[in-house]
Amino acid sequence: MVSGLINANPIVYEKKERRVRNEAAVPDEYAVEPIDQLEIFDILFFFFLIFLLVYATYCYRSVKESPSIVLMLSIFTSYYGEQVILIFLTFLNHIRDIKDPEHPYSLEELKVITEDAIEVDNERSYVRVTFTPTVEHCSMATVIGLCLRVKLMRSLPSRYKMDIRVAPGTHATEAAVNKQLNDKERVAAALENPNLLDMVDECLAPSYA
Amino acid sequence: MAEPSQLSQYIESFVDSSRSPTQQAASLEAIASLLKNNQLTIETLVREMEGYLTTVDNIIRARGILLLGEVLVCLASKPLDDATIHSLIGFFTDRLADWRALRGALVGCLALMRRKSSGGMVCGSDAKAVAESYLQNLQVQSLGQYERKLSFELMECVLERYPNAVASLGDTLIYGICESVDGEKDPHCLMLTFHIIEVLSRLFPDPSDALAGFAHELFEILGCYFPIHFTHQKDEDMTIKRDDLARALMLAFSSTPLFEPYAIPLLLEKLSSSLPSAKLDSLRYLTDCTMKYGADRMAKHIEAIWSSLKEAIFTSLDSVLLFTPESLEGPDLPKNEIAAEALSLLEKLIVQNTKLFLDLIVGDEDISMIFNTLSDYKNYHEIPLERKQRLNAVGRILFTTAKASQVSCNRVFECFFSRLMDILGLSARNSSGQPFFEESILISKRCNHGALYLSIEILSACRDMIASSETILAATSHTEETWKYLLQSFSSALTMGFCSAFICSSEGTHDAATYIGVKGLLILATFPGGYSLISKTVFEKILVTFVSIINEEYSKRLPWKLALKALVEIGSFIERYHESEKEPSYMDIVVEKILSLAFVGDFGIPFPLRLEALSDIGTSGRSYMLKVVQGLEEAIYANLYEVYVCMANKLLLILKDNYHVHGSTNSAEIVTHLLKCYSDKVIPWIRCEKGFEEVLLQFAINIWNQFENSTHFNASQTNKKGVLDVMMKAMRLAVANCSEEKQNIIVQKSYNILSSSISFPLEEMLLQEGFQIAQEVDNISSRDEWVLSLFAAVTIAVHPQTHIPNTRSIVSLFMTTLLKGNVVAAQALGSMVNKLDLKSMRGQTSSDCTLEEAMDIILNLSLWIFDKNSSSSIQSKMISVHDTGLNDLSNGVGSCTSLQIHAILGLAWIGKGLLMRGHEKVNDITMIFLRCLQSSGRAGISHQETSISENNYKLDLHNSVMKTAADAFQILIGDCEQCLNREFHAIIRPLYKQRFFSAVMPVLQSLVMKLEPLSRSFLFRASAHVIIDTPLIVVLSDTKKIIPMLLDGLSALSNDVVDKDVLYGLLLVLSGILMDKNGQEAVSDSAHTVVNCLVDLTRYPHMMLVRETAMQCLIAISGLSHARIYPMRTQVLQAVIKALDDPKRAVRREAVRCRQAWSVFSECWHQLHQEASISNSFHSFSQVQ
Repeated sequence: MVSGLINANPIVYEKKERRVRNEAAVPDEYAVEPIDQLEIFDILFFFFLIFLLVYATYCYRSVKESPSIVLMLSIFTSYYGEQVILIFLTFLNHIRDIKDPEHPYSLEELKVITEDAIEVDNERSYVRVTFTPTVEHCSMATVIGLCLRVKLMRSLPSRYKMDIRVAPGTHATEAAVNKQLNDKERVAAALENPNLLDMVDECLAPSYA
Repeated sequence: MAEPSQLSQYIESFVDSSRSPTQQAASLEAIASLLKNNQLTIETLVREMEGYLTTVDNIIRARGILLLGEVLVCLASKPLDDATIHSLIGFFTDRLADWRALRGALVGCLALMRRKSSGGMVCGSDAKAVAESYLQNLQVQSLGQYERKLSFELMECVLERYPNAVASLGDTLIYGICESVDGEKDPHCLMLTFHIIEVLSRLFPDPSDALAGFAHELFEILGCYFPIHFTHQKDEDMTIKRDDLARALMLAFSSTPLFEPYAIPLLLEKLSSSLPSAKLDSLRYLTDCTMKYGADRMAKHIEAIWSSLKEAIFTSLDSVLLFTPESLEGPDLPKNEIAAEALSLLEKLIVQNTKLFLDLIVGDEDISMIFNTLSDYKNYHEIPLERKQRLNAVGRILFTTAKASQVSCNRVFECFFSRLMDILGLSARNSSGQPFFEESILISKRCNHGALYLSIEILSACRDMIASSETILAATSHTEETWKYLLQSFSSALTMGFCSAFICSSEGTHDAATYIGVKGLLILATFPGGYSLISKTVFEKILVTFVSIINEEYSKRLPWKLALKALVEIGSFIERYHESEKEPSYMDIVVEKILSLAFVGDFGIPFPLRLEALSDIGTSGRSYMLKVVQGLEEAIYANLYEVYVCMANKLLLILKDNYHVHGSTNSAEIVTHLLKCYSDKVIPWIRCEKGFEEVLLQFAINIWNQFENSTHFNASQTNKKGVLDVMMKAMRLAVANCSEEKQNIIVQKSYNILSSSISFPLEEMLLQEGFQIAQEVDNISSRDEWVLSLFAAVTIAVHPQTHIPNTRSIVSLFMTTLLKGNVVAAQALGSMVNKLDLKSMRGQTSSDCTLEEAMDIILNLSLWIFDKNSSSSIQSKMISVHDTGLNDLSNGVGSCTSLQIHAILGLAWIGKGLLMRGHEKVNDITMIFLRCLQSSGRAGISHQETSISENNYKLDLHNSVMKTAADAFQILIGDCEQCLNREFHAIIRPLYKQRFFSAVMPVLQSLVMKLEPLSRSFLFRASAHVIIDTPLIVVLSDTKKIIPMLLDGLSALSNDVVDKDVLYGLLLVLSGILMDKNGQEAVSDSAHTVVNCLVDLTRYPHMMLVRETAMQCLIAISGLSHARIYPMRTQVLQAVIKALDDPKRAVRREAVRCRQAWSVFSECWHQLHQEASISNSFHSFSQVQ
């Protein structure tokens, strides 16, 4: 059974004032609006919101309340050691039940991702996202990275090359994770696996709402 | 009498617990109805039931007694004799001791006790017996929830209805009640419990009574419920809310002063809790208890209350003050509920214990500390946040204190006001005296925002106190009041102080200073009671200050707005309190000055700002509005005159009247602004206020008079077109808001002017010499054109009942005018047709006509224009008339085409009028349009031998006619703001759009089948207009037939940039269909064509909204059955992937959603065939790692 929280007391950062896009008063029908930092952030923001809700639910609600979760957990934990991923996944299955958006910590406050961590160059069709796992040995890093990558792949034009990185010095196996996330072959292989794809899809499903 | 066997059957079926509840209820009802109809007496019933009532079987006995009780509940309104009641109540009283059959006994007692006096009541001694038996036998807390509720209801009933009978029970009663309510937890029962205690305390009002000994015990039972903590889930017990319980408990708390030694300490303790709801409850309870316990009892606790209250106010108030124009008016109540409650409690306490409490406030250290540190900071924005909050709190406290009563106001003025004046460095002087110039400089250096803010609070409290006191005279007659003396002596100095705050701010530091200055002046100016408190000089000085701000500070938005708002407030204050002394000053200084803004041309204020000031001042009161309207109208007439007369006369004018230094171009601009202001601000105001119709009538008449008098009319410049437009708008609105009689006057007047300036064409001439029309119309002068347009505006706005003279000629006149392309004439004709009488009335002259006749005139004329075969000779004549000297054939055809276009536009408006009233002649007009649409360039052109290039040119022209015919459908069915709507009194038949839609769509569809592709596009255009303007719900009911037309329309319209708005409208209809469930089913069959069309539209380059909506439609389509849309998947995904690189962000966002929607269902498809556990996936991914 679940014994304790990996990150029971996350560091909460002060929320940064969000940049608001100022719309032109008289919209120009033929003006081009290039893909920019804010847009990428918006694409990923929804995903992170979901991730955070799950994370926070994990931290603040008793896991043992739902019988189905207990059942699933007991099956999975007997198989694997990767408890956290499992909880993450099982909660994602139940994410639709969580109705309360008034959550103590929002995504930006936990600094998993910030607007500054996104570099984008529309002309050269290049985007780089740097994300920060909540703890150093966060075992979710690869899953988060994969989800980020898939989300971007599906939301940006095919001309884009994307680069997903763990923020320097924030993860124990930083180099390995980076290498894995940016290896086309391995990502393609991962996505060929229908079950892994299912998992990613399920992670991303709420972000398209 | 009922059959005994039947009765026993009923009884048996109720008592038998194996029967279903409905059977039991039915038999109960049957017995009750027997009793009500006197077919059965109670005595017989009881005798019949004897066995059930006395049996030793507990269950049967309980059911039996319950039956008797329930029967009595049903008989609540049936008169019963005293003996029966006595014996029944005796029985039930006895049965209270029988705990196994208790429910029936309780129900029976309750039913009897609740009887009204009209049908026989339980007597006092019996009631006492019930109470005794109750106290002796019932262990309420050991019963179930329902029985507990019943027994509490019984006790409540006894206490309420037989207070004298049970009061003699004394201690026993109180003790019994204490015992029975102790530890109750059910919310329903608690409501009753609290009420019982409340009634009980009322029963023993005297402190020396029996209750005194039990007060502590009773309060201990009550006290543990405070503050109410309600843990019930939301779905259960919806009938009782936390607030209900809290209120019931509050009434119980305050029911007797005997609770005071226990209640007040408890409440004060909870007030200091950190739970907001507990705080709020404590404050409410304290307020209630203060009122009920009385001054003497409260005096003991007053210090403790003050200190906790102060704490609550200090911590709960917002630290930020609002400096918006909206917050200028009225005492701004704190948003925070706790603060509001605390302040209202404070007011109650001061009223109750004025002397004691004032001593506390005056001697309070926190308050005096604030006063001592006031001079530390000069500017409001320098004050730290915490200090601001304290300052605000002190302000509110002083406000509440001063407002409470005359005495407290005196005290506040004595102690605090004079201190503030010292801080501000203001000296007392005679109210009429003028401060010296040097002193004002001194003040401006010393202006202290904190002190000014506090003085504002005190002053406004004082003002509100006077305003709320019964008669203002009574208040002002107290000459010896300290506040009055102080106020009078400081008012002029204070005015200087506030003005200086203003001046400080004008150097551009902070909003706060401006706000404080304006608010202070506003409060001083709105002291009621004429000039007795605030002298005339001070009042006028304030007004002058504001007006000068309006005149000079227009570049700064906030001060300007605040000053204007303040002036409006002062104006409406004078109006509301009938301050007749102040009115003349206001009129002279404010209204006149502001009015002059409408005339003076060379001030720097932008014209729209001037008009804003003008109309806002007008809204402050009726008399001002009259004045403003007058001034506005004068300005309008003067400027119009300028517009009318030619430039040659202008020099003379400049000499005569130095206002009009600007050219007539400028005055045209000014008059446009003025008229816009008149129709946008003044007329809506007049519409809301009653009794201003005369003003509108005069306005309209004056405009016409001016026309009559101006013979040298020269308004041919193009920029005057704008003037005519706003004039027509103002005229329309003015006429529309008049009553019928007034409209008749206006119509008559305008008709006279019209008939004197324009010669009417004769009807016969129209038909025979039709070709002259164009000629005549060309000859019309610009003055006549104005007269005609204004007359048209009047006709548009009249009521159906208003009489229009000489209808026949006017119809002809409008008809000829519209052929020249005058849309207003067409609209007027449409309105006339819409409102004309169907049948001729008595006493009509020959010049009037009915709708039928008018339509004959119109249709004959228009048929002539379109009937090419019969009129070729006339047409050629007409061409020759037009092109004297120019023999170019194509030109001739061109003018013929433009004539047709104008005729079609005119007919469209006429058709709209007919359609709205539901007249069948609209079909004729629609037929004309349809013929235009299908004539495909044959008539009139093909028989002429011309070269190919010329032929092409003509074809273009002809296309424009067809395009107009197609657009005519938009006019027919679309809504219009300028005419033919409710505001302009059109006759509107319900569901006319729906009727038209179902009549015309089949025709259009069958035409599409017949025609060749070129003219089809115009048919699609026409049907697009019809579909767009029909309510969606109607289109939905007919989706299957509409969809092909709709899709063809979409592809036809997507070829031309000009049509993008129509295209968007049509696409919205499609998306509406796709969002609807029934619509989706209907679309399902033609999904392939819909998808093709939408995919094309995702590339539509001219409008982002079209692409976005097309994307959303595709998302909606992905919800159709998968088997149906799976084949389209690749096609859609390719289109969507392209759209991911769309130049517009919104489209890209929709594209992402669309891609997800279409890829998800395809994945669902093959997921069905895959069986693998998650375990494998993890293994493989970690292997990859």
